[in-house]
Amino acid sequence: MTLLEISGLTKAYPGVVANKNVSFSIGKGEIHALLGENGAGKSTLVKTIYGLVRPDSGTMTMKGQPFTPTDPRAARASGVAMVFQHFSLFDALTVSENIALGMDNPPLRRDIAARIQEVSRTYGLPLDPMMVVGDLSAGERQRVEIVRCLLQSPELLIMDEPTSVLTPQEVSILFETLRLLSSEGTSILYISHKLEEIRTLCHHATILRHGVVVGTCVPKQTTSREMAELMVGATLQAPKRDHATPGTALLRLQGLSVPAPHEFGTALKDITLTVRAGEVLGIGGVAGNGQDELVAALSGETTVPDDMIEWQGKAIGRLMPNDRRALGLCAAPEERNGHAAAPDMTLTENALLTGRTRMQLANRGIIDWAKTREFAQTIIEAFDVRTPSTETNARSLSGGNLQKFVIGREILQRSRLLIVNQPTWGVDAAAAAAIRQSLLDLAAEGSAVVVISQDLDEILEVADSFAALTDGRLSPPVSTKGLSLDQIGMMLGGAHDMETAHVDA
Amino acid sequence: MDINPILLLAALMVASTPILLAAIGELVTERAGVLNLGVEGMMIMGAVAGYIVGHSTGSPLAGFAGAAAAGIGLSLVFAILTQVLLTNQTATGLGLTLFGMGLASLMGQGFEPALPVTVSKIAIPGLSSIPVLGPILFQHDAIVYLSILLVLAVYLVLGYSRAGLILRAVGENHDAAHALGYPVRLVRLLAIMFGGACAGLGGAYISLVRVPQWIDGITAGAGWIALAIVVFASWKPWRLIGGAYLFGGMTVLQLNIQGDGGKIFGVTVPVEYLSMTPFVATIVVLVVMSAGRAPGSLGKSFHASN
Repeated sequence: MTLLEISGLTKAYPGVVANKNVSFSIGKGEIHALLGENGAGKSTLVKTIYGLVRPDSGTMTMKGQPFTPTDPRAARASGVAMVFQHFSLFDALTVSENIALGMDNPPLRRDIAARIQEVSRTYGLPLDPMMVVGDLSAGERQRVEIVRCLLQSPELLIMDEPTSVLTPQEVSILFETLRLLSSEGTSILYISHKLEEIRTLCHHATILRHGVVVGTCVPKQTTSREMAELMVGATLQAPKRDHATPGTALLRLQGLSVPAPHEFGTALKDITLTVRAGEVLGIGGVAGNGQDELVAALSGETTVPDDMIEWQGKAIGRLMPNDRRALGLCAAPEERNGHAAAPDMTLTENALLTGRTRMQLANRGIIDWAKTREFAQTIIEAFDVRTPSTETNARSLSGGNLQKFVIGREILQRSRLLIVNQPTWGVDAAAAAAIRQSLLDLAAEGSAVVVISQDLDEILEVADSFAALTDGRLSPPVSTKGLSLDQIGMMLGGAHDMETAHVDA
Repeated sequence: MDINPILLLAALMVASTPILLAAIGELVTERAGVLNLGVEGMMIMGAVAGYIVGHSTGSPLAGFAGAAAAGIGLSLVFAILTQVLLTNQTATGLGLTLFGMGLASLMGQGFEPALPVTVSKIAIPGLSSIPVLGPILFQHDAIVYLSILLVLAVYLVLGYSRAGLILRAVGENHDAAHALGYPVRLVRLLAIMFGGACAGLGGAYISLVRVPQWIDGITAGAGWIALAIVVFASWKPWRLIGGAYLFGGMTVLQLNIQGDGGKIFGVTVPVEYLSMTPFVATIVVLVVMSAGRAPGSLGKSFHASN
């Protein structure tokens, strides 16, 4: 039985057609995957179903009736619920207040807590209704969103990149929940770029490229490579890596401790670590366990007592970011718009912002714009950044393109040690592969790379050694050779003493 | 020193009322995520409008209604600029204060009061005859009671009603509120108007009750103090009363000391220092106590396409 049928949906924005004549259908109880690169039109499509975007032409039918939601309220009334990619939660409000906000006819305050507990027990999603959302982990926050949807007994649940912030254990809990829902007759529209997940979970897949449906498949009978190639429209190369013998120690952290910078931050606790030339170190962990704080302490945004950080034998804890960059210690933080790049400045200006010192783009305080533009142009060419020109604002680039620019900018200024946080978050498969390859190339040239990521597949793909960051503490690094996702999951759970588990393996 | 503490405390409530009114309005506006720095301008517009309408009709009720309308009118200018034309809230608010002060001065020029306005005190039966507390708390005019009831109402609405929850959600994360289908701009428009009405009432209370006459620049920084108190109160309604009464109390106390010859325990203090004390005390307390967390979207422009 068909629940939702979409036919001939078209939506154009000035200068770009987001969806062109898109048709597909979702059956009752079906888990349907929507696959596509960034900018392929997945977001526009689900926003149309959720009533946030109105199509230019085309029709949708829900259970045989025409379906034209004018706003999310109307979509919810028709049985559509959505879990957003960037969680639409309110940090300062409690779990039950957040859930009440997502419902059109919320029950009384005292009843809602009971209903939350009931639903969270039924679907194995433990939650405390009175907790403030700002104090929750990413996995718990997602549970809030899911419970919020489930309380309305939806017929179609839309999930936009739900696993990108979860640990492997949390992912398997989520999949159990989704399978249970599907068996009860709830249809699920599942958006992801993680092909293995789609293969284990989804019944059908529709693949979008440049706003057009380019194929459909049954994921269980299709290889990841085939799906990825349909999605990208080209053949993909897996990153190549040579395990080089690590060289001399570049960076040494000795008992690095930093108090939490704000109410919802994490304190770093006694981190000791050595990073050697030619080494790729992966640091895994669920968001909010000190990643941002660690990047800030390493890049110099947070200064620490001098002897906590040593660069080739020299204490540099008190140095500011530009002084550290001058030494070759560069960083690309997680948030592209507003942290790694200034969104409303051009690519040329952004190239100057971190490249000034090492690339000598300014002479006695006077900016050499010709040289800066040339540097920006070099990054654009070397890293295949799709942009009209060097004078385009950073904000108008897609996530993947801006990320390639930001990472390329650090690599091309000959970093000796590059720290990247979530280098491929929200980036499409082709760009992600290019970024990972460039990190490996940098290491092969004798620089060190520290990759902080929540995507454990990514860490296993690029890193020589792995360390887990939990609640501001860093486990001793272990070699990634022969390390399984289960072992990593245990390390992330806080079981730091990996020696026994490692020997067993 | 010869200061009657009962009269002092009763006067404290009167002196604090304009600030409390303006502050509760600004608190609602800021909880919706809008920083309106035009409180001073809206207050003085309320002061002049209340004075003109009140003395033209002879009715204090009409005066206060006119003041609220004038406050709303000026706040709508702010609302259209910041919510529709997406101007910077800080700059627009500052501009609004300058504009309001100039316009009020122009309107008040040459106005001759026609009819007298008296705002009568309402002694609450029973309670007002309690010794000490009765004269302090329960022998005031209706606006004093209204200001406290408004704080109570705002506390209840923000904390316990769906409308209040939506308002807080809009102020905390406007993108998420929009994604859930809540009308961010409408909620903010209403919050700005509420802020304007409250500031107007506060202004009129100065020109019709506290002073009571029209003088250029009559609000004398009360709007700025109201803004500061909202922060000092960590955006919590009940704390506003503490902040407003601290400022009002210091004002009344220093006036009494001035009337007493400027002597504190026999030491003569220059008038300038005495006039300064309410501001200094409020700022000191603000610095010591401010630990609250501002609404997440405070002062940021919202555009639906982002």
